[in-house]
Amino acid sequence: MSITIHDLRKSEGSYLPGSASCPGCGATIAFRIASRILGPNTVYVIPACCFSIIQSPYPRSAISAPILNFAFAAAAAAASGVQRAYKFLGKDVNVVVWAGDGGTVDIGIQALSGAAERGENIIYICYDNEAYMNTGIQRSGATPIKAITKTTPMGKQEMPKDMPMIVAAHRVPYVATASVGYPFDLANKLEKAKRIKGFRYIQIFSPCPPGWDFPVEKTAEIGKLAVDTYFWPLYEIEEGKLRVTIKPRKKPLKEFIRMQRRFEFLKDEEIEEMEKLVMEKWNFLLHLERSERVF
Amino acid sequence: MELEVLILIPVSKPRRGATGETGLWRVERPIIDEGKCIKCWICWLYCPEEVISEGQSGFPVIDLSFCKGCGVCANVCPAKAIKMVRE
Ligand code: SF4
Ligand code: SF4
Ligand code: SF4
Repeated sequence: MSITIHDLRKSEGSYLPGSASCPGCGATIAFRIASRILGPNTVYVIPACCFSIIQSPYPRSAISAPILNFAFAAAAAAASGVQRAYKFLGKDVNVVVWAGDGGTVDIGIQALSGAAERGENIIYICYDNEAYMNTGIQRSGATPIKAITKTTPMGKQEMPKDMPMIVAAHRVPYVATASVGYPFDLANKLEKAKRIKGFRYIQIFSPCPPGWDFPVEKTAEIGKLAVDTYFWPLYEIEEGKLRVTIKPRKKPLKEFIRMQRRFEFLKDEEIEEMEKLVMEKWNFLLHLERSERVF
Repeated sequence: MELEVLILIPVSKPRRGATGETGLWRVERPIIDEGKCIKCWICWLYCPEEVISEGQSGFPVIDLSFCKGCGVCANVCPAKAIKMVRE
């Protein structure tokens, strides 16, 4: 059963207008949709990330749900503890980590890996804006190759970590990628994750206007283009079985790249090279989809 | 068994406008043309600020005290019913 816009409109979210997020923030769109699916019976653990700021200064909060703000490195460890405490009290509560990519793929990776390996009963959501944004746009392990950040002024030289696959290699019950540009796909994946027990991981592609340097009104459009150009493929791995959830007609990668000034140094030949990498990954995913199990 | 938890940590309380009246940040203001609107609620779905709701007329209305003027709503509207005008 697919989620419709009416379902989303009927359900209550946990975001209150007037937060500190930048205009056109993709991560905020992701949270609004996610909190509607996760529902009121949810506790969030948030490490240092844009959402620590978005919540707004003490003593006010722009999020009407219980949040435990925690140290950068330890969100998954804190969430494990919170979940076990609820279990001890006999309460069934969704414990959700809501973390940026820095707190996930770099600083928080050991706590995340530990929690995944122990099979903690939590949902780990990484809203991926592909760099350390609230500290002023520094490269992270999730920043794509060639992207300009304050610490990679000539464009990043390395490929980003393939975090969803790293988590999937822990043989957890559910891993998925999602994008702000495909909100119903995102909602359906969260709905599915909510019903599964054990460690669940979702990485949401969240365009960031100041960090990627594109016009603020294009957030949703870029989130969709990333998927339509195969830059950010949408898939899920359920009990080891991979399924590509959205298979759009391919658009040229150039359309996605040229909308963002973080890629302004790229020559047409370099975009062609990136196009090859993108197609390689896409074909690999289709190959994995035909396999019995990925992990 | 009941656990006694002594709360000594600072706790923030949720409220609208936690960062203040963010509508003041706006450079451009979204205006909805009800004649063109098909009530698909796509603008509501994507508005990052959660400021679009259903007005008495059944059409979307925007809470301008908090709308940050990003223009995402105008960009996604399939009927081109939202125009951004300079404040
Ligand atoms: S820096 Fe980017 S991700 Fe962070 S609040 Fe601003 S738009 Fe959102
Ligand atoms: S301009 Fe931005 S904040 Fe204002 S209603 Fe449109 S999408 Fe929402
Ligand atoms: S997106 Fe456009 S047509 Fe749809 S409800 Fe909003 S204003 Fe109306």
